[in-house]
Amino acid sequence: MSGPILSVRGLVKRFGGLVATDGVTIDVRPDEIHALIGPNGAGKTTLISQLVGELRHDAGTIELEGRDIGALPTARRIGLGLGRTFQITCLLPEYTVLDNVATGVQVRQGHSFRFWGNVRGETALRETALSFLETIGLAGRADEQVANLSHGEQKQLELAVALATEPRLLLLDEPMAGLGHSESRQMVALLMALKTKVSMLLVEHDMDAVFALADRISVLVYGRVIATGTADEIRDNADVRAAYLGEGDELC
Amino acid sequence: MDNSIKKQILLAVVAVLLLALPFIASATGYPAMTSLATRALIYGIAAASLNLVLGYGGMVSFGHAAFFGLGGYVVGILYQHYTQDDLFLGLVPGTNQLLVTLPVTLIVCGAAAALIGALSLRTGGVQFIMITLAFAQMLFFLFVSLKTYGGDDGLIIRRTNELFGLKMRDKQTYYYVCLAITAVFFFLLWRLVNSRFGNVLTGLRQNARRMAALGLPAYRYKLVAFIISGMGAGLAGCLMANFLRFASPDMVHWTKSGELMVMVVLGGVGTLFGPLIGAAAYIVLESVLASWTEYWQLGLGFILLFVVLYTNGGIEALFGRLLGRRV
Repeated sequence: MSGPILSVRGLVKRFGGLVATDGVTIDVRPDEIHALIGPNGAGKTTLISQLVGELRHDAGTIELEGRDIGALPTARRIGLGLGRTFQITCLLPEYTVLDNVATGVQVRQGHSFRFWGNVRGETALRETALSFLETIGLAGRADEQVANLSHGEQKQLELAVALATEPRLLLLDEPMAGLGHSESRQMVALLMALKTKVSMLLVEHDMDAVFALADRISVLVYGRVIATGTADEIRDNADVRAAYLGEGDELC
Repeated sequence: MDNSIKKQILLAVVAVLLLALPFIASATGYPAMTSLATRALIYGIAAASLNLVLGYGGMVSFGHAAFFGLGGYVVGILYQHYTQDDLFLGLVPGTNQLLVTLPVTLIVCGAAAALIGALSLRTGGVQFIMITLAFAQMLFFLFVSLKTYGGDDGLIIRRTNELFGLKMRDKQTYYYVCLAITAVFFFLLWRLVNSRFGNVLTGLRQNARRMAALGLPAYRYKLVAFIISGMGAGLAGCLMANFLRFASPDMVHWTKSGELMVMVVLGGVGTLFGPLIGAAAYIVLESVLASWTEYWQLGLGFILLFVVLYTNGGIEALFGRLLGRRV
């Protein structure tokens, strides 16, 4: 199928008088990393929340592979192929690294109304989960408690858990936030390698990462997309320079 | 592996002790111990049921007395119609057979839990606590006003339900019946909490947002857990009514919900056997303290305070640490 995986048209979200998302139109094509950048408070996370259904939009449409998902609850959207990682890591703290991923695999496999068999004893489930950890490079920490992971490892685990839900489109909410330099580079390499398997909408502040990864970039300012294009087009765009890049210290 | 062997040995020792308890009781000259233990087992089932939603699922239900009491009233009402030889609502004949009253209890309490749960689970947090409490109190006042079934005074069940021609009135026999049912109950519960279902239920308590992001429709899992939990509490109520040969609005009162919660906290929230230990501790403390003073709840309060502040996970965790298990 040649159409976009994700197609958002005229999305609007108001909080009282504040228009947090103001007619956003954005596409993610197959095998594309589409980056979404913008200054703090531009409404990037609000947009992600609407895409996964944690917030309800007031107007506009959200289509995943041609299917309108705007009215569906979060769980259904995930079931249809949306995946996400959280800006502030959102994991199951009492479980081990492997359990976190295995739970994702389990939910992907269908309903969990199975009351008898020991879930920790299902070797197929464990092995599938382990393969996702290997992809991400966290297999060595499989039996570690999540609480004992470093911040960088938790970010990696976020990604492994999201992959375990086998998404067609991955919404990445600042995967580099809080990572050290080498960890960031590792994450960039990881996302690069995943690109052929899954399309991504990447929200990120780290410009080096964005320019290294993104096929296209959209710039969000005050809830509005002011430009969409390749890295070079965005760099040369006068509006973007004025609204965003020109503000200087936002860049780091 | 070392730990699991230790656990199995401990379990075997406890099982032997429980089996031998009536003999120990009569040998040591405390025959009342058997009755005490029966009550502990029954409350253990009720508390463990509550713990399934409270400890594993993170749903703080303050209305589990509703199901406990309902279970008791199923036995009482069916028995009354049995002795009067008429029909409940002009439809259902009464019975005094445990093999009938027990399944009926499970069905009735499951249906009640489905109804209460379906409405309550639309809320969360404090609202959930309050709405479950409200439903339980509604049921309480319903039974108080039902003059046909004893109203305020409750229902006397003259004879314990029959089962396989056993002498159910005999304290020892009834203890063993309860012990067998408790064993089956905890075996099923053990399978359940370690199953796929238990896995997502525990996940929901830890992080509901994460489970939604995995694509889990939370509501139906919580509801099923709530129904199972209600059925468990009903089972305990059924056994208790048979034990006391009495069902009264007291069983439905909110203080009973509180007692169950105290047992869970005392024993260990979110552990398999914690609530059973908690129930036993509660029953023993109640009888020991009450023999000293009528203000026994003051003493219980201090002990609960100690457990909550210093054991870091109830008596179960305390034992675990004493046995050198890493917590």
